[in-house]
Amino acid sequence: MTAAYEANVVLASKTYDVIGTRPIRHDGADKVTGRAKYGADFQTADLLYAKILRSPHSHARIKSIDTSRAETFPGIRAVVTAQDWPVGSGGEGPIQLGELTTDLKYLRDNIMASDKVLFKGHPIAGVAAINAHVAEEALNLIEVEYDVLPAVLTAPEAMQQGAPLIQEDLKTEEFGEKIDKASNVAEHFQHKQGDLDQGFAEADIVVEREFDTATVHQGYIEPHNCTVQWNKDGRLHVWNSTQGPFEVRDATAKVLGLSASEIKLTPMEIGGGFGGKFEPYGEPIAALLSRKTGKPVKVVMTRMEEFESTGPTSGAHLKLKMGATKDGQITAAYAHLAYEAGAYPGSPVSAGAMCVFAAYDISNIVIDGFDVLVNKTKSAAYRAPGATQAAMATETVVDELAEQIGLDPIELRLRNAAREGTRRADGVVFPRIGCVEVLQAMKDHPHYKEPLTGPNRGRGVAVGYWMNGGNQSSVNISIHSDGTINLIEGSPDIGGSRASISMQAAEVLGIAAEDVHPAVVDTDSIGSTGGTGGSSVTFKAGWAAHEAAHDVKRQMIERAAIIWEVSSDSVELHKGTFKSKTDPGLSMTFKELAAQLDETGGPIMGRGTVNPSGAGGAYAGNIVDVEVDPETGKVDILRFTVIQDAGKAIHPSYVEGQMQGGSVQGIGWALNEEYFMDDVGRMTNSTLLDYRMPIALDLPMIDTVIVEVANPGHPFGVRGVGEVNIASPPAAIANAIYKAQGIRMNVLPMNPAAIMEAIWRQQK
Amino acid sequence: MQQITDGQQQVVVTGSTVRQIVNNLEEKFPGIKDRLVDNNRIKPNISVAVDGEITPLGMLERVDEESEVHFLPAIGGG
Repeated sequence: MTAAYEANVVLASKTYDVIGTRPIRHDGADKVTGRAKYGADFQTADLLYAKILRSPHSHARIKSIDTSRAETFPGIRAVVTAQDWPVGSGGEGPIQLGELTTDLKYLRDNIMASDKVLFKGHPIAGVAAINAHVAEEALNLIEVEYDVLPAVLTAPEAMQQGAPLIQEDLKTEEFGEKIDKASNVAEHFQHKQGDLDQGFAEADIVVEREFDTATVHQGYIEPHNCTVQWNKDGRLHVWNSTQGPFEVRDATAKVLGLSASEIKLTPMEIGGGFGGKFEPYGEPIAALLSRKTGKPVKVVMTRMEEFESTGPTSGAHLKLKMGATKDGQITAAYAHLAYEAGAYPGSPVSAGAMCVFAAYDISNIVIDGFDVLVNKTKSAAYRAPGATQAAMATETVVDELAEQIGLDPIELRLRNAAREGTRRADGVVFPRIGCVEVLQAMKDHPHYKEPLTGPNRGRGVAVGYWMNGGNQSSVNISIHSDGTINLIEGSPDIGGSRASISMQAAEVLGIAAEDVHPAVVDTDSIGSTGGTGGSSVTFKAGWAAHEAAHDVKRQMIERAAIIWEVSSDSVELHKGTFKSKTDPGLSMTFKELAAQLDETGGPIMGRGTVNPSGAGGAYAGNIVDVEVDPETGKVDILRFTVIQDAGKAIHPSYVEGQMQGGSVQGIGWALNEEYFMDDVGRMTNSTLLDYRMPIALDLPMIDTVIVEVANPGHPFGVRGVGEVNIASPPAAIANAIYKAQGIRMNVLPMNPAAIMEAIWRQQK
Repeated sequence: MQQITDGQQQVVVTGSTVRQIVNNLEEKFPGIKDRLVDNNRIKPNISVAVDGEITPLGMLERVDEESEVHFLPAIGGG
């Protein structure tokens, strides 16, 4: 029986008036009543519907495409292929996609194949029709002749000498220098610190393991969708589901040979992204169809198209070796990380390399990272991209070290924990971080102290790290005469960020969060804003809101000074009331002053634009109890606790929601989710029935502890919270399975088949 | 990059901006600038961290006398 405890805890570092409270999110009512407008809801006059023809092969040369029969099919208004890219558009060279970079030729080819198809589901042509059914039928009339090629599906296969080449002119880049030999390895880098051989020589215990993790998808509930209208004046208007309005606008412009100012992108409400909605997929195709037809064109992906043709995260092959002394000091660590990029370069292996040993202070480290092409759809970001694969390896090896040394697993971690001043393997020195605080909170939690009884049960722990991101942001504030404010910003809301941004402005102005009316606007209406990802929005847009609110405060103080006929130096704003510093009889609330703006000089607008560094990395840890059925291999999660450093939880409920959401995704990744590929590279489980993500009935309530180690790089101490919580669950579950059944798991997912194979191997 | 710096894990150069640092590195270790810079800008797949913080200013970022500058693979979040 579980002893009574507090299920959700906030270990607050500082209290504020608004920050740290739990107002109802501004978009909540519309979202739960169905009034919120998503991209697939968008309607306009003369709308055409598009469908995309996709490759049935995972690797083939396109010999010919004949669209003539489709073009004359009743109800079809246009057909496009890669031949329709505008003259003078495209070219080659790097293009920024938010925080990531890709090559322009690769981006265009990924959107619509030119000479080769590189994965099953690779787009080849688009048709626009009077309705989606006609469009679907017309796809069958497009005749494509292929020369099928052998496919490679895993990093180790693709790295072998003589493996079929996916991009035939790709040469491996070793930190800026191209090695003159065609390869499926797009990049190899190495981080080196200290003397690895010496470190292993000092170790009393060495553990070396290999791991394989499967490709998994972000599983956002809302598929990619867009409507594009190419107007007669040459400007495009895009309405879509995206995390990165400016990124998708800019990438679409480059692909079409336009300047970014010729596209206006209106982000609709977004039903999940998790990193998978930063790239254009249907937008450029819909644009070409709109240009040909003169009508707006809508594309909505099916779930199968999502799985096969958007960006899951990398499968990976990892080798890890760590050594420690018998009194528990980790002396050396080596990691070989080979991440699948998919058909084009750009796996998150470099992020994985930053995270793999980031929880530990280790003097002697070497990390080899490989970005490897395979015949799968191009990978994209997925919530702390690269970190989960790395943590699976590190945290299970650390657990094994703890067992062999005879130390409590959290104690071993505490003895070697990264702190302020620890140097990461890539050379960066940590500022103030909360790794120790998270580990201590794990050790102190009732879950860790309560005995776990019953057969086939075990408890595991693990900790993970994510750097968190910054990027630019803009916020404008205007004031209504009733003292409420409009706050406009450019970050699609994927987790309650409207609330957290509004609360930071409200805190500065001393008003209620409910008196802020936030709006996410289009790319013409706000300054350039980096996408909603990298756990950055509460940090960067909140900072911009903080700046905009201070701008408003300064101007309001001047107005109060005008009214009172004093200098503005003698006026202050304190908890929502303007006061004279010298005459206690002079005071006015924010609302009272707002009512007088017209007669004191006119409207007030506040502006904040930031591009901050100092995002502040974060740690999260898990304690998990499992029961493993030795007859079937099924793993049940009995109890799950997540402890995370949020810096400062602006809205604790939405931080808890992020922690729980990331944990659930990590559990799915651990126990069941995978791209089940046949031997010619086709995904055979491309529906939500067969690609099994956890649902509410699968899991117990996830308990949370928010630790607050203020980030010195933010006015309110904020650290990003959206991502780090997905890094550690698979490793924690693997460690719990070991305690339950005595089997060390080195694969993801640890589904019943994998568990039973491990049990049978052990029995032999 | 240690292959270009003769195996040194850390090197000392003068400069008050990242641009000056890069130019001074090139004088000491010819060829290093091509690895880092394209069209007078830090390559898009490389990030610059000054004193532990990734800077959005790239070559324009100011550097103090005791600053540490790291050139890292660029990463993105989800």
